[in-house]
Amino acid sequence: MVEYRIDRRSGVATYLQIVQQTKHALRLGLLEPGDQLPTARAVVEATAINPNTVLKAYRELEREGLVEARRGMGTFVTRSLGAAQPADSPLREELRKWAERARSSGMDKDDVAALFTSVLDQIFEGEQG
Amino acid sequence: MSIAAIEAVGLGKRYGRLGKWAVQDCSFRLPQGQICALVGPNGAGKSTLLGQLAGLVRPSRGELRVMGKTPGAARQQLAFLAQEKPLYPQFTIEETLRMGQELNPGHWDAERAARIVKEGDLDPGTKVRELSGGQRTRVALALCLGKQPDLLLLDEPMADLDPLARHQLMGNLLAEAGESGTTVVISSHILAELEGACDYLLLMENGRIRLGGETDELLSAHALLSGPVTEIGAGTTVVESKVTGRHMTALVRRDSEPLGGDWEVVEPTLEELLLAHMRSPQAPALLTPSAEPQAVRAGAGVAA
Repeated sequence: MVEYRIDRRSGVATYLQIVQQTKHALRLGLLEPGDQLPTARAVVEATAINPNTVLKAYRELEREGLVEARRGMGTFVTRSLGAAQPADSPLREELRKWAERARSSGMDKDDVAALFTSVLDQIFEGEQG
Repeated sequence: MSIAAIEAVGLGKRYGRLGKWAVQDCSFRLPQGQICALVGPNGAGKSTLLGQLAGLVRPSRGELRVMGKTPGAARQQLAFLAQEKPLYPQFTIEETLRMGQELNPGHWDAERAARIVKEGDLDPGTKVRELSGGQRTRVALALCLGKQPDLLLLDEPMADLDPLARHQLMGNLLAEAGESGTTVVISSHILAELEGACDYLLLMENGRIRLGGETDELLSAHALLSGPVTEIGAGTTVVESKVTGRHMTALVRRDSEPLGGDWEVVEPTLEELLLAHMRSPQAPALLTPSAEPQAVRAGAGVAA
């Protein structure tokens, strides 16, 4: 089960925060097909945001084919996102080694993040994030 | 179009024959199912307007419909929580809810009222006078929601609550309202407490409605400009502009596109939008189409 954190100062629309956090959980494998999203009521009670905002976010996720509302039962995950890489995948291990090399060459975290982002932008140029 | 929860045209209220107008020339429409924030500075007329909506204050002038009826005729469909949260101090919580049941025969949801009390960890045997401010608000809210109103009017409900109680109570209120499709009007002068919770907004000042409509639409109808000092095009309504040296910021209506000039353009936050309007009394009022009373719109159609 995911728990949403709403940041009212982020400037990102509240419903988008819910959509993004759900997708993030799907990418990390925290949510898998068959899992249930919290009911709109539970989200509203926990976050004190407008009920219509939660429903809008769930409708958006449904439109993208990620979840499905089952009448009277709730909203369920129908597919996972991305080529989900488990925490111990070879790719992750390579990246870890690369990050360690970057650090030992004297780069700090921000330098590494900037380099990584610029390479990502170059490779995935023109594709939707 | 379905019946509006509230429709007011030219509403006014003057206390005494020579008194000041507390509500003046007040026209707006609130569609059903919205959670609406009624905001404005102290003395703006919010409480008087809520009193009129609840049928407790007789309008001196103008037309008012609540769920398509006069407020008096709609009494069974609406619930009103006054600022001072009047409850009988000698009653226990249980007796208070029993009173709700007896006063609302045929449309009382005892289970719902009990649930709201229970969510606050309150013992039904406690007397009202022994409750804290937050607990008292919770009991009053249980009484309001137990009535299963179509329209719930709350006058500064969270003013005396600590942030935690406020968050919990707001969560409970929104969850209940969302499930039953209740229209809610919450007045407040604290903007932060309502951001994110309300999808509709009425800004009231000097007895008049200055902004009315869906929060999203009101925000996207405005732009915050910043850049070098430039003349803003004549077709653009400037709500507020400030010059600091050679730099200038302005909150404008997006009524003429493109905005032109060498501006950085962003959408204002709710707080920026409201504060800019409150600082600029000369800025014209703005109602989105759904917030315009239909009587007024019919008139405009004839004129065109």
